[in-house]
Amino acid sequence: MDTAVLVSVLPEILLTVAGLVLMMVAAYAGDAAARIVSWLSVASLALAGATLACPAVHAGGPIFDGLYSADAFSAFAKALIFAAAAACILVAPRFFDGEGGLRAEYPILILFACVGMSMMVSAIDFLTLYVGLELNSLAAYVLASFMRKDVRSAEAGLKYFVLGALASGILLYGMSLLYGFAGTTQFAGVAVALKDGLGAGELFGLVFILSGLAFKISAVPFHMWTPDVYEGAPTPVTAFFASAPKVAALGLTTRVAIVALGTAGHSWQQIIIFMALASILLGAVAAINQPNIKRLLAYSSINNIGFALIGLAPGTAEGVAAVLSYLAIYVVMTIGSFVCVLQMRDKDGKPVESIASLAGLSQTRPGLAAAFAIFMFSLAGIPPLFGFWAKFLVFDAAVAEGMTGLAAIGIASSVIGAFYYLRIVKTIYFDAPAEGFAEARSPIDYGIMTLCAAVIVLGYLLNPLLGSASAAAAASLF
Amino acid sequence: MIGLAHYLVVGAILFALGVLGIIINRKNVIIILMSIELILLAVNINLVAFSAYLGDLVGQVFAMFVLTVAAGEAAIGLAILVIYFRARGTIAVDDVNRMKG
Repeated sequence: MDTAVLVSVLPEILLTVAGLVLMMVAAYAGDAAARIVSWLSVASLALAGATLACPAVHAGGPIFDGLYSADAFSAFAKALIFAAAAACILVAPRFFDGEGGLRAEYPILILFACVGMSMMVSAIDFLTLYVGLELNSLAAYVLASFMRKDVRSAEAGLKYFVLGALASGILLYGMSLLYGFAGTTQFAGVAVALKDGLGAGELFGLVFILSGLAFKISAVPFHMWTPDVYEGAPTPVTAFFASAPKVAALGLTTRVAIVALGTAGHSWQQIIIFMALASILLGAVAAINQPNIKRLLAYSSINNIGFALIGLAPGTAEGVAAVLSYLAIYVVMTIGSFVCVLQMRDKDGKPVESIASLAGLSQTRPGLAAAFAIFMFSLAGIPPLFGFWAKFLVFDAAVAEGMTGLAAIGIASSVIGAFYYLRIVKTIYFDAPAEGFAEARSPIDYGIMTLCAAVIVLGYLLNPLLGSASAAAAASLF
Repeated sequence: MIGLAHYLVVGAILFALGVLGIIINRKNVIIILMSIELILLAVNINLVAFSAYLGDLVGQVFAMFVLTVAAGEAAIGLAILVIYFRARGTIAVDDVNRMKG
């Protein structure tokens, strides 16, 4: 085999080997090695991230007989995925210390999920897509039920498994129909077959595939698992679910929509527009009376996916670039918010999840309160912060293609959504102080939190970089 | 003569049964696992039928991958079911309701 081909899948090879070797370490050394395994996993993610700079990894073009493509689009998504995964490994030890200690399998499962997600964003054939998706999902099911003594975690794992397997089944059924009627599983071949109009079989295949993918990105009407799984899973795992797999699944959806179904644009556009609007509205309305911060962030992620889908709706290169920028900014905001949630512990060190317990946080922990407020304002899309820029880009892309109505409804419902973000800020700054949280010394958590907050506040300095990277990534799809 | 359409209809019926089994079933989580297998088998029938009809091997290779992944999925599903039963003492679908809202 050509060495150049192997170089272009260097990140995946690195992560796979690292995952297998570390699994052996974990098997022999047990949970005593959990911290070392964590650090080595972060190091291998950093190394895999560094290999993305290598030209072969974003050269593009089909490899492995048209199963795989390592292009600028996949490199952009992989950078986000690796960074989010590394952050979720770094914040885990302190959380699990209060729950009977970190287990060595946690970072390893995240590594394998990352290999799966890399395959998802690089897939240009339905076969690779399926294998990547399942590799990610199987690791994720285990992660959701990671605290196996805890009923809520076990229930989250069970719900995630059943609905995830149903989604995979629906997706597979769609792929089998599309394979039969288009005669190939390769994205480029499907696009050629769909050029002369859509038959009934192809239309069914397309609808099933988009429904299955909607499950994975938790877009309405396939969102019902999200709040339960986010609430029940351990908080570092929830942070992981809300960040990296969202990037991978949305990247995958974008590639399928643009490359495989691009020639049938008018048929999927209406589906995407419906999912976008329904996600934004439901995400904004359902979160209003949420007493639990993790459930609230689950609805917030549904809401955010809706906004990202607005960028996909026009099906243009500008739109795809906007989706990628949105995802980059969303990942920073989400990781930041969840690191803040991780600091919520009562005096006994038990995790607290109620929004009421945040009351008067500004007096007991001013730094944490400020970070929380920055992330909430940014998620609401208040102008000076980076979250506003993300929303601006997707609306701009939609308006440029004449989808003014879509943008208008999106902006109107982002005002509704702002209500519950601002309610948290009000609780933190203006309510009478509740019992304070346990004082915690965790330089890693504070480091990640400060970094995310800095990116959100000063993000506009990154704009030239983000703009050119996302534009190059989007261009590689067209 | 049994043609492609017959296989597709069988596949569609099995798929519908599987989905209904997950949605309507209110008794036992094991039945949900069986329904998931049914869905995957419906997909395999589709893939192999199309593969034979098109004279293209990709469909059969795909079916092999689906079989393999389905085995892994069933193993993980049963493992999660076991820890759920240990924590909760029941696997009735109606009892999977600790979280609501």
